[in-house]
Amino acid sequence: MLIRIIKNRLFLGAIVLFSIFSIIPLFLILFFIFKNGISSLDFLFTSQILNAIVGTFILIILAGIFSIPLGILAGIYLSESKGRLVYFVRLCVEVLQGIPSIVIGIIVYLLIVVPMKGFSAISGGFALGIIMLPVIIKSTEETLKLIPYFLKEASLALGVPYYKTILKVILPAGFSGILTGILLSIARVSGETAPLLLTAFGSCFMNLDISKPINSLPLLIFNYATSPYSDWISQAWGASLILVSLVLILNIIAKLVVKKWKIQF
Amino acid sequence: MVDHYSNKELIFKKILFLSGLFIIALLFTIFLTLIVSSFPSIKAFGLGFLSGKIWDPVFSQYGCFPFLLGTLITAGLALFLSFFFSLSISILIGEYLKKGILPFLLKGLIDLLAGIPSVIYGFWGLFFLVPIVQKIEVFLGITPYGVSILTASLVLSIMIIPYSASIGREVISLVPSEIKEAGYSLGATRYEVIRKVILPYAKGGLFAGFLLSLGRALGETMAVTMVIGNSALLPKNIFNPGNTMASVIANEITEATGKLYLSSLIEIGLVLFILTTIVNIMGSYMVGRVKC
Repeated sequence: MLIRIIKNRLFLGAIVLFSIFSIIPLFLILFFIFKNGISSLDFLFTSQILNAIVGTFILIILAGIFSIPLGILAGIYLSESKGRLVYFVRLCVEVLQGIPSIVIGIIVYLLIVVPMKGFSAISGGFALGIIMLPVIIKSTEETLKLIPYFLKEASLALGVPYYKTILKVILPAGFSGILTGILLSIARVSGETAPLLLTAFGSCFMNLDISKPINSLPLLIFNYATSPYSDWISQAWGASLILVSLVLILNIIAKLVVKKWKIQF
Repeated sequence: MVDHYSNKELIFKKILFLSGLFIIALLFTIFLTLIVSSFPSIKAFGLGFLSGKIWDPVFSQYGCFPFLLGTLITAGLALFLSFFFSLSISILIGEYLKKGILPFLLKGLIDLLAGIPSVIYGFWGLFFLVPIVQKIEVFLGITPYGVSILTASLVLSIMIIPYSASIGREVISLVPSEIKEAGYSLGATRYEVIRKVILPYAKGGLFAGFLLSLGRALGETMAVTMVIGNSALLPKNIFNPGNTMASVIANEITEATGKLYLSSLIEIGLVLFILTTIVNIMGSYMVGRVKC
């Protein structure tokens, strides 16, 4: 009997220990970024970091223009329709989500960069958009499935046409879930680097022309972190601090959105 | 009036349908582009591309075996290293701590771990893990590269913990409480219930979680590229620098001058695409089966 109790205790101890150990890298990373990043933040306006921040925002906006409307529409399609084709589309979304981002980079490189004869912000935005797409589709579909059926029935019973029921009743009811999906997908792609190596490529200058190469925070971190110059490396730490803060803020906003506009009936 | 409504209705339904078709078309475009663009390399090397051990752009000799091996070793080792950690978190959050501030905190921290961009993992790995691995190598008396397959696996294992842990937690919380209660009512301890009831019941889902994180590890590019050392030679052991399929693409594609060179790199992308797709579909199929 005693042995069984001891085993039970030992097991719990091991579980707690392993769990704590797996959180330690998180603190180490955050500590490193904070310690090394904070001292280089005064570089901010005299260095490349500002270009990279602007570039990151431009890329995200370009990606959103393409992927947000399409993602929401496809999400509605998946939640509203039935049949073999829907099953197949869902499978495609699943596969799309699993494609390594570097492979998406290759595709956009071949389909846009090569015909356009040069790296550009547009191609970078397109690559990020493809990565955002499945996340938005899935969150839209899952949110819309949670909305009670009587809402739709009530609207249809009042004689509201189907498309208006979807656009004016169902979509607003699922607003928080869809917005959360969009925010999380932005958080995900704002740290994406691999596809940008083949598309946006990076640039040393402030650039607002979307047909030209553009810099972004992850690209700057990659290029500067692997350089041999110590002041570039310290700028990379500063950029990391900004990027991690950006991602964290987006995640927190997403959580607040869920809390504030929770689906309640 | 009625016609006016039904017209808009029809357009709306068409648009929805087209957005679905677009997703299918997008995936087919991706697949076709990869196949068409890697055709020169497929024609030149055939199946020998997969087993070819030499990657030499100077002599136009391309074989992706060193990268295939590097990918499988780093991902496999990462999975092995993360196994106990993610399983522990799954059990802790899924079974021991269900309510209260502690699981909320732990879940938040795990989410945070998943949210950190991979380039930052690579950066941190370069400055924190590489010196540690170097010290280990000096201690063992091997050439202290620091950057190696082992370093890449360590970074990857930290990166995939959140994925397998969150799927594992979900699967464990889905175990019906009746069978757990039945176990407890027989006088079993918590450890016994977890080992003999919960884990066997959740086995399929846990395995699926590991498959999905394997899919992620196979395709991860930036963190690996920064710490693996980028050598095209066949790695002799895990302390050697190596390359994965994703990292060789990231490193070389913008410098690939010849047609055959570019096409070989794209063929590596094709192989990677097929490999990750198989692993991911298997994983999500299994997760779906458990949930139903």
